[in-house]
Order: sequence, then structure tokens, then C-alpha cells
Amino acid sequence: MATTTNGTSAGAQRWKEMSKPEVGDWRVKGGLAQMLKGGVIMDVVTPDQAKVAEDAGAVSVMALERVPSDIRRDGGVARMSDPDLISGIIDAVSIPVMAKARIGHFVEAQILESLGVDYCDESEVLTPADNEYHIDKWRYKMPYVCGARNIGEALRRIGEGAAMIRTKGEAGTGDIVHAVTHARQIQADMRTIQNSPTEELMSLARDYQAPYELVVEVHRTGKLPVVNFAAGGIATPADAALLMQIGVEGVFVGSGIFKSDNPAKMADAIVRATTHYNDPEMLAEISRGLGDAMPGIEANKIPEEQQLQTRGW
Amino acid sequence: MVGVQITNANGNTPLPSIGVLALQGDFAEHIQMLSLIGINAVEVRKVQQLSEIDGLIIPGGESTTIVKLLGMFGFIDELRSSVDSGMALWGTCAGMIVIARELADPYPTPLNLIDIGVARNYFGRQVDSFEAELEIHGIEGDPMRAVFIRAPIVQDTGTDIETLATVPATDDGRPEQAVAVKKGRVLATSFHPELTQDTRLHSLFVKLADESRIDAARRKPEETPSTA
Repeated sequence: MATTTNGTSAGAQRWKEMSKPEVGDWRVKGGLAQMLKGGVIMDVVTPDQAKVAEDAGAVSVMALERVPSDIRRDGGVARMSDPDLISGIIDAVSIPVMAKARIGHFVEAQILESLGVDYCDESEVLTPADNEYHIDKWRYKMPYVCGARNIGEALRRIGEGAAMIRTKGEAGTGDIVHAVTHARQIQADMRTIQNSPTEELMSLARDYQAPYELVVEVHRTGKLPVVNFAAGGIATPADAALLMQIGVEGVFVGSGIFKSDNPAKMADAIVRATTHYNDPEMLAEISRGLGDAMPGIEANKIPEEQQLQTRGW
Repeated sequence: MVGVQITNANGNTPLPSIGVLALQGDFAEHIQMLSLIGINAVEVRKVQQLSEIDGLIIPGGESTTIVKLLGMFGFIDELRSSVDSGMALWGTCAGMIVIARELADPYPTPLNLIDIGVARNYFGRQVDSFEAELEIHGIEGDPMRAVFIRAPIVQDTGTDIETLATVPATDDGRPEQAVAVKKGRVLATSFHPELTQDTRLHSLFVKLADESRIDAARRKPEETPSTA
């Protein structure tokens, strides 16, 4: 039998001492992202949508006031969502709930942590609060996911304490092209690092503006030290499967579900496609009769100053 | 008599074949752990694969998602009959929830493959996730480092369920409760050995799967009588 006795025993005391210093540590933070792998994280703006997402098999939901395509359409300053909305969504579902804070807005992050948010997305979809600095993510028990376009950006965020990375893509467009570009870029950079002799790693760290120790880690393992998902423009099951085949470990779907004709059906289809991403016959079956995907905007035609992906560095 | 081939021609013991359910979750981590102890495990995505394995691990992940995908892809009856006919089964965290008899919350509907009642997210949300040392009955040596992530707990156990590890009662009134249980060849743990480098529970599971392999090898000659 295990280390147990009765009531407030020595066993309980020992248990407490042993477990306390470990709360919120690196493995526990990154571990939740590992549990999300092979899954779909869906943007939701109401508790009802959160239930639809959970019923469709989402591994997590992102609670926010407006999906990225509406943020893009409305313009203005996009901020953290109302705590009432986030708490309402937390109460509505049993799966983990994520929420967004503005880049560098550590007080929004503190508020999200106090609400019991399971993962904070320090997100370029919201209007940045700081032109220079991101949040010091090591200071939180709540883990963070951050967007990246290349290995340097990914490793900088991990250096600041992010326990999960996603591609930035171009949010709210329904156009997959930038998510593909970013996923491929991160992989190409990792191949460069892995195939370089060790004496070149410091110069690569300089070129990528990445922490040297993390470049060495990528060289040694051939992969990112945290889980890497795709985000930004995923609108169909085939989009999700494309990114999975390129090599990401799961997908975020923002506007793609609740801006489609039939959200419940689309959500369900993208969940299935993320599991059977390598099976074309299954994907054909999954893609049948879904109705219209979200209306898109061609991301390559968006002028650079209107792109969301260039926020943060 | 040729029938029972428990060792192969070289006199080496053949290895049990082990699958890890790869519908969603940290299946790659389990496969990596098994490779450390010389087992080349397969990713199980289709129900037909169940007939080719001696043991199945249902990994950590999101239990609502895994239950839904199991239903959607027609696993549930087949999984039950595989376990009934002796396949070893291990659920870690979400996997434990999936195979439980019943849950404290109404959703999802578990598969009832081991007679335990389970409460999801027992310790709280992600900010309450933690690690601790855990002594596990049947695991020799030092305690194991157990990683609990939004972890479930075993709230009640049916007859003949062997409790392998518990967490003690706490000051705020929570009773001592089980976090690792076993019945026959079915194992369930609240925590994630696959996130550590400690392979001892994986070795225990391989032993259970090997019993299943040997049983199947013994049965075979009766089922398909040789005419030679």
C-alpha cells in the first residue's frame, strides 16, 4: 500500500510538502499542452458555443468576445474579454478553457490567472499593449501559448516562459497560406539548426535572435522544446489535415467554425480530420456536405500594416 | 505437441505486441516510453487493429474528445470484447476516465471496462496541477514521480479492485483516495508516467500484456485444430 495513514497524518504532511513546490512547474505547464495534441482548440464567444465545441470533441475552447474575423472587420482596440464572459464559459464546459491577453499586458494576464483560465494566449489578435516587451511568462502558474512565424520568434517566446507555441498565420481570414508558411518556416529553421555543426550554433542564435541554450536544445533533439500547434486561417477539415501532415501537433480554429454555415457539423468534421489527417479516404468522407466554410479574405492581399501577424517580434 | 509457442525458435521470449490509442492525446510519449524498454508499440487509429495486439494503452488527453472519437469510429463494442477475452488495458488520466464504470459528472459516458467510479478534475483547474512522489504497490525501489494534470481520482472501487496507490487525506477534509488501481489485466492511473523517464509502470503493463499473449498462444491450438 502507498504512503498513507489516517486523517491529518504524517503521510498527509509529507504529501503536502512534496507536492507544493512543484505546482505550476515547467513539466506541468507543458504537460497540459501535450494532452491537447492531436486535438482542436476552438474559439467561442458564448457559453452555448462552448457547449457546441465540447460536444463536437474540442480538446479546449478559447473564450473571447469576438472571433478574429469580427475583430478585423470592426477595427478599433481589441482587449481582454469581460471576466463575466470568461467565467460563464468556464462554468459551461468541463474541458480546459483558454483566454487571450494583449501582448505585454501582464495585468490582463494576472486577471485571467485569477479567473482560473487554464492557458493564456498572449495574442497578436488583440491590440498590443506594449511595443517592445512581451509578458514574463515564468512568473505565472497559468501556462502560456504564443504565436510565432519562425524559429527565432518561437524560441524567444519559450525563453520568456511560453509552454506551447502556435503558428500566427493570419487570423480571421479563413486563408491558410500564412499558417502554412509559418509552419514550414519553423520546420526549415529547425532542420538548419539540427544539421549545423555545433560551432555554428552561436552564430545561428545571433541570426535568429534566439536564446543560445534553446538553439542547442533544438540541435540536440530536432524538435521544439514545447508542443507546436497551427493557428490562423484554418477553415476546413482539409486545412487542418494539411497542417497536421506538414507536422504540427494540433490546430486552433478561430472564426472557421462559428462563421461557417453549420458550426456543429464543421466542428465535428475538423475534429475527425485532425485525428485521421493521414487518411485521404476518411478525409473525403469527413468533408462531404458540410455547407459553406467561412467567407474568406485573401491574406496575400492584406497590406502589411493591416496584418495581425506582424504584431510582437 | 507443437501448439503452445511461448518461446520462439531461438529460445528467446517473443514480446507482446502493444498498441497505444492514437485518436487524441499524448500517445507519442507512451510509444517513446515503451521504446525505452524495447517495445515497438503501434499507434491504434482503427478498430481492426485491436485484434492484433495483446495490450492497449489509452493515453492522457481530453476524455470528452477521446470518448466521442471512440464512439464515432466504432471502437466501443470491440474494445469491450477484447478486454473480455483477456487483452491488457491501461488508462492514464483521461484514459482512466474513459474506462471507468461511472463518473461524478454526467458527461462523457465512460466505457465501463473497470469497476471504478471516477471524478474528473478532482484537484481543480490547471493552476492546481502538480507533481508528487508516489509509492506504488508492486513497484520496487524509490517512489515514482507522479505528474497530475487536471487529474481525475478514483472515488469508489467495486469488488476485487486492487488499489496500488492513494493520495492521503487532506486538511480541508478530502479523504484518502486511490490514484492507481488494477483488476486482472486492467490498470488505471490518475497521473502521467509517460511524462517522466521512469519506465517501471510501463514494464508492469508489458508483463500484463505478455500474460495475455501467452494465454492467446495457449488457446490457439484448440480453436484451430491442426490437421498435420
